[in-house]
Amino acid sequence: MTKKIDEALKIGAEQIELLEKLCNATAVSGDEHEVRQIVLEAVKPIADEVKVDALGNVLVTKLGTGENRVRVMLAAHMDEIGFMIVKKHDDNLFAFECIGGIDERQLPGKAVLVGRDHLPGVIGAKPIHMTTAKERQNKISVSEMRMDLGPEIGDKVKPGDRATFATRFEELGPSIRAKALDNRFGVAILIELLRHAPENIDLLAAFTVQEEVGLRGARVAAYAFDPDMAIAVDSTPAYDLPTWDAEDENVQYNTRLDAGPAIYVMDRATIADRRIVNLLVKAGEEEQIPFQFRQPGGGGTDAGVIHKTRSGIPSTSVSVPSRYAHTAISIARKDDWEHTLQLLHAALRRVTPDLIAGERRD
Amino acid sequence: MKSLIQQLVETPGPSGFEYEIRDVIREGIGADADDVRVDALGNLIARKGEKTEQGLRVMVSAHIDEIGLMATHIDDNGFIRFTNIGGINPLTCYGGRVRFMDGTRGVIGMDGLERGKMPKLSDLFIDVGATSKAGCPVKVGDVCGFERPFIDLGKRMVAKSMDDRISAAIAIEVLKQLKSTPHEVHFVFSTQEEVGIRGATTAAFGVDPDVGFAIDVTRTGDTPRPGTKMAVALGDGPAIKVRDSSFIADPRLVDWMVKAAKEANIPYQLEVLEAGGTDGRAIQMTRAGVPAGCVSIACRYIHSPSEMVDTDDVENAVKLLVKLLGEPILLG
Amino acid sequence: MIDLSELLKEMLSASGLSGFERPIREIIKKHWEPLTDELSVSKIGSLHGLKRGQGAEPRHRVLISAHMDAIGMMVAEIHEGLLRITEIGGIDHRILPGQPVLVHGREALPGVVVQPPSHLLPESVGDGPVEMKYLFVDVGLRPEDVKEKVRVGDTVSYAQQPLDLTGEAMAGHTLDNRVSVAATTLCLEALQNRLHDWDVWAVASAQEEETLGGALTSPFEIKPDLAIVIDVCFAEGPGSNDWSSLPFGKGVGIGYGPNIHPALYDAFEAKAKALEIPYNRDLMPKMSGTDAMAVQIVAEGIPCAVIGIPLRYMHTPVETVSLKDVRRAGRLMAEFIADLTPDTLNKIRWEE
Repeated sequence: MTKKIDEALKIGAEQIELLEKLCNATAVSGDEHEVRQIVLEAVKPIADEVKVDALGNVLVTKLGTGENRVRVMLAAHMDEIGFMIVKKHDDNLFAFECIGGIDERQLPGKAVLVGRDHLPGVIGAKPIHMTTAKERQNKISVSEMRMDLGPEIGDKVKPGDRATFATRFEELGPSIRAKALDNRFGVAILIELLRHAPENIDLLAAFTVQEEVGLRGARVAAYAFDPDMAIAVDSTPAYDLPTWDAEDENVQYNTRLDAGPAIYVMDRATIADRRIVNLLVKAGEEEQIPFQFRQPGGGGTDAGVIHKTRSGIPSTSVSVPSRYAHTAISIARKDDWEHTLQLLHAALRRVTPDLIAGERRD
Repeated sequence: MKSLIQQLVETPGPSGFEYEIRDVIREGIGADADDVRVDALGNLIARKGEKTEQGLRVMVSAHIDEIGLMATHIDDNGFIRFTNIGGINPLTCYGGRVRFMDGTRGVIGMDGLERGKMPKLSDLFIDVGATSKAGCPVKVGDVCGFERPFIDLGKRMVAKSMDDRISAAIAIEVLKQLKSTPHEVHFVFSTQEEVGIRGATTAAFGVDPDVGFAIDVTRTGDTPRPGTKMAVALGDGPAIKVRDSSFIADPRLVDWMVKAAKEANIPYQLEVLEAGGTDGRAIQMTRAGVPAGCVSIACRYIHSPSEMVDTDDVENAVKLLVKLLGEPILLG
Repeated sequence: MIDLSELLKEMLSASGLSGFERPIREIIKKHWEPLTDELSVSKIGSLHGLKRGQGAEPRHRVLISAHMDAIGMMVAEIHEGLLRITEIGGIDHRILPGQPVLVHGREALPGVVVQPPSHLLPESVGDGPVEMKYLFVDVGLRPEDVKEKVRVGDTVSYAQQPLDLTGEAMAGHTLDNRVSVAATTLCLEALQNRLHDWDVWAVASAQEEETLGGALTSPFEIKPDLAIVIDVCFAEGPGSNDWSSLPFGKGVGIGYGPNIHPALYDAFEAKAKALEIPYNRDLMPKMSGTDAMAVQIVAEGIPCAVIGIPLRYMHTPVETVSLKDVRRAGRLMAEFIADLTPDTLNKIRWEE
């Protein structure tokens, strides 16, 4: 077997710069404006058609050239978990609500950026001196927390404004450390695939909204595209940490860093179409691109609604593994990102009408 | 009909992996349908009849998937950890036997089984007799179903997957007995019901019916000190669903079904199910909405490897459906 | 001129639990008939009223979705003439003991929800709140008569009579969401004397409280370009004073959050300001809890606005609302619709 990876499909300075821009942007579910702008700027010069739909999804079509082209939808959600300011209190502090799955234990003592102007603020916590041992055994609830933007914030922040963690993108040797790698990885990969779109298919790229609050954007995107098959491109947790009792084997790692893109067999929202899973495996094996299977079980991606659209759409997902998803700081490997891009490209190049012509089978 | 039922319940087919059971269904239908097709999610859709002036396009849905397990990790000693496909109760797992789609058999074990303590799924593992990771024939992502033989108790029948193979058997029987109908009836043998009514969602969109019925099992309130009180009992006839937690049956269809059962002297009971859903929801919510109902078969011990139904209920359900589908559907 | 108080009382007198909307649908039909050009009923029981616009064809369509279904109960089992009940929609079982109800059997039977004495209940219940599964409805008939007149699956509705309170406030059951149907009716009335380019599709939707069924299906059929969802929202009151509640009687809510298209929020806010109609921003950080959750994601997606009428004691038989807010909601919607032009859609954009 020969390794025949397109030299263009590499993660270089340009790709890292784009990912940095994407991660540092704010796009809390329902207000994906900033990421949408970056996406539109990137795809407009290279696409055959670009549309922003009623929910704010960016739907990009890149036509192939061959005969009998399969219409392949790729979906990557633009939104991230975050916060909405819900009330200004008399003391110039702001109550907020979490949007998307956030563990409230991750919040005290964090820096945040609020609103379109990214105004800095903090989520404070009571001094330890004033807490009792008993109190420290209880979680601090979100309704008790406040965002503090200083005493003279005035009217610059209003209820309804969104906020995110203030984490800035950094490279750490082989890794990237940032917020919102779930799912700016997917967004970056879709942009790259559009730049190097295989000619044998029509590539229907959906940059979706509101994934974190119920896969809402992908549902209407899939209806509009009406594709022949679909792959959701996302980021999934790597829980490859030691167990408390180090003697025990970690049997619930979900994915592992450095093991390559995670191919989905089943999550809570989708039972993958094995024909597409097998295609991905074949592509990885033939081109010597590492990959792993995500442990079947919980979670869900945009594929969860896509595959149920209209009369059904054969679907699965591929994710870049990342540690500490849905917290202020995630850590992931550049190699896993690059391999995900390469695996998807290799799989897309192998898509033929035969792939999905027959019955769904193993 | 019992041999068909036995064949259906003993064929594996966890949600998403219905290819074997689909072949059994296809064979069971034989040449009795006017047309048979399979959609993208693996639903098998068999059409019978042409729509006449008084007729409608009718969808009748019985799901063919069953609950099952999927391997998530093979540990260093060859034990298999797993996740659930559909609603698996850990209580009914320990000591259970499973069969993987390739025929590999195993048992479900657990360390430190304590009296009075409910196990979690993550406490359990499958042992296929392997002595090492390398020697384990099962890979992450492989799927198995419970293995339990069918038992005929005369008036009652017991098996795994009565939910919902009993309805598939009923649908096949109805399809065969339905000699004349004003309707174009699409019998949908749906997939992935146990994981969230997924197959029927796409099948309903594809069939685009004027009216639809699910056939499924329902709980009962006729066991000693029932935890759930419920006015449904084995042997009291097919249950005409009024509601469950996924949808409210179209009251016009409920009335029409009740009337038909009375006319034909078929015993029936009315069903209000406080927890549980059926393909009826997917039919009702498709496109611009579809009047939908459900005929249920009372079933004890649902989602255990020993689900029990009543033979008369099954036969009466066939009679009722044949009568209903043979007549114009009046929506009052 | 529609007498709002009378209209509401007539609507509150009718049953119409989720999935069983016929009685209320018939009343709404009667009121919408003179105000619309065409009336139809969807496959699952939503009422569609079309009032054609005066613009050139093909005209754009705006849909107003106001759910007409009510929460309530259903007979789950019959024991010696007493009815065990289950809920339709969300009911706090703590408000049920002693409530007058109507059982919709072969005839309508007045009844009362009874809480059995604690010595007849499992010891664990003690003197704590009694769950719905332990409650019964007693219709005062002998078991043999009950058997004849009631069957499993019959609906049970609240029977509390509406009350006029001071300051144009009204209390009663099912003001959620009959007030929005009333506001929609006022909107249709206001549009009688106005020119409007767009076709208006007023929808009294079915099954909101259980499945959002009406909102999932009617837009698929109507294919609107925009949708206004109107529903009740929380008013400040006992136990309801955090950010999610709006002041009572001090204006309508304009929803803001992922279910709502921001350009429509802006348009409604601008309209309210221009007309000096009091309003408050109703924050919906996640889902709106309204028909908009469904309408927004029908087919290729539909831009939605959400208008709220603040209501106290939601899902009890004494829900309380200010009639002023109902009128404000009707007027705001009518003015918004009258202003829609053939190129309004170009302004409902994501990129500002």
